[in-house]
Amino acid sequence: MSVTTLPPLALAHRQPSWLVRLFDYKPFLIAMCLAPAIGLLAVFLTYPLGLGIWLAFTDTTIGRKGVFVGLENFQYLLTDPLWWNAVFYSVVYTGIATFGKFALGFWLALLLNNHFPFKSLLRAIILLPWIVPTVLSALAFWWIYDPQFSIISYLLVDVLHWRSSNVDFLGSPWPARFSLIAANIWRGIPFVAISLLAGLQTISPSLYEAAMLDGASAWQRFRYITFPMMMPILAIVMTFSIIFTFTDFQLVYAITRGGPGNSTHLLATLAFQRGIAGGELGEGAAIAVSMIPFLVFATLFSYFGLARRKWQQGESND
Amino acid sequence: MTDTVAQPTADAKAAPDTMAWDSGLRRLMMIYLPLGCFVLILLFPFYWMAITSFKPNAELMNYKAHNPFWISSPTLAHIKHLLFDTAYPRWLWTTMLVAIGSTTLSLVASTLAAYAIERLRFRGSPYVGLGIYLAYLVPPSILFIPLATVVVQFGLFDSPIALILVYPTFLVPFCTWLLIGYFKSIPYELEECALVDGATRLQILRRITLPLAVPGLISAGIFSFTLSWNEFIYALAFIQSGANKTVPVAILTELVTGDVYQWGALMAGSLLGSLPVAVFYSLFVDYYVSSLTGAVKE
Repeated sequence: MSVTTLPPLALAHRQPSWLVRLFDYKPFLIAMCLAPAIGLLAVFLTYPLGLGIWLAFTDTTIGRKGVFVGLENFQYLLTDPLWWNAVFYSVVYTGIATFGKFALGFWLALLLNNHFPFKSLLRAIILLPWIVPTVLSALAFWWIYDPQFSIISYLLVDVLHWRSSNVDFLGSPWPARFSLIAANIWRGIPFVAISLLAGLQTISPSLYEAAMLDGASAWQRFRYITFPMMMPILAIVMTFSIIFTFTDFQLVYAITRGGPGNSTHLLATLAFQRGIAGGELGEGAAIAVSMIPFLVFATLFSYFGLARRKWQQGESND
Repeated sequence: MTDTVAQPTADAKAAPDTMAWDSGLRRLMMIYLPLGCFVLILLFPFYWMAITSFKPNAELMNYKAHNPFWISSPTLAHIKHLLFDTAYPRWLWTTMLVAIGSTTLSLVASTLAAYAIERLRFRGSPYVGLGIYLAYLVPPSILFIPLATVVVQFGLFDSPIALILVYPTFLVPFCTWLLIGYFKSIPYELEECALVDGATRLQILRRITLPLAVPGLISAGIFSFTLSWNEFIYALAFIQSGANKTVPVAILTELVTGDVYQWGALMAGSLLGSLPVAVFYSLFVDYYVSSLTGAVKE
């Protein structure tokens, strides 16, 4: 490698201009390398984050600079049944969808960890729901949940004769809530399964061999080898999954827009409705900021809850 | 479930108690049947999307006379309507430009940042890396309202340039993270050799590190492209005029009109909007899977 690159390098070395020397000066080079990334993140991430927290304490609306109003926005939210409703549904949505995604995703990962023909093709196909833009697959679900022409209703009513009337997926609160959760689980399974499959493949086969020699049953091998070894990766994937499920926006906005009767609003869609569509930037920002404590709590819980158990397992195993 | 674990490890026949489990029927019931169900459910919405886009309206609305799972007389009417009666080609073009622009911007920024953090070790470099990683945990749903005011301040409201500048906020952390992992796997000795031979740091980056990190760059690139193609909430909040919208936003806000939904056109739009990422994905599947899993393992 060094031999092939030597001639041009030597050439550059013979005639070092001040520019070349400046770029070889390490502190300057470090600053130049970090500048684009840090600059972008500072202007479009850190600054807006701070600005958002500031906006939450003002009564800014679109086109009018607000004044500081202290905790007024938050006091208003605490008395707002719609906000409580959104908090409730966000927690339910995150809880059930995360459980579903991980149960089914782990199962799919275990299935994919077998040897069978066309394995890589299958793995590629399974990731599709995660690749395709969420809004576009959400539209497909909207059509699948259509009150009149739902294909699921057709199957249940006309093919299987289990029901006599069409299923009203999106027309009343609880069915709509569960329909959205089902769509979210559908979209989340591939990511969980492929990530966990990567974790499964790093577990050394010798552990299973040793356990089989000791007479461990299949369940014991899963419970005492697979599960503890998967803990670290589970913790990371679950942290991500919880954060992005709790702050989900696209699915709900595309399928129900918070309806029927505001029953399926998540905090993010409520923030959009009040902040951008309604123009109350201050109040919208307050709703968005009210997600932060939940996120911090969920992150700490999933990360430390799972990671600590991993350390305990590690200690007892070593 | 059970022989899932046993299978890759050792020939299951080696252990006497697993012999019964390995019979063909068992394998069929425990592996192929559930796997088949998973694939069926995961792919059905796409099948439904595709079949709806080619169905004439008469068939779409009449399940009694036509089997809904098949098309008796396929039609291109929905796609023709989409391409010639709406601004769909323009939306596709905008989305493509935004995705390519933001991907290029974030690849350059994160390659440099990852190189500085991983190779130009300096005091505090782990903290810079941690800071960039934490930026990935800030979801767009928290940022879009203040970002909208920032975009207005910069005079970029309703312009695709705003999206090109804003998307790197979630692309750069991911790409940097991925590339740090790739740079780690390149032996340090190669760079030391070049240093001894008198190469400057930038020459090392351009002639040694980057060529070796090409798989990582491809992974980061296609991941960024897909993520920016799929982005929704910023595009919805920052773009107002119909002509400048990206495909996901435009389909939802421009094609969904009135009380009677044009399901054929909607599904055709979704299908066409998904195709570029799906094709892109199928070309680079291996990079994609490795970047997804590599980033998680990191």
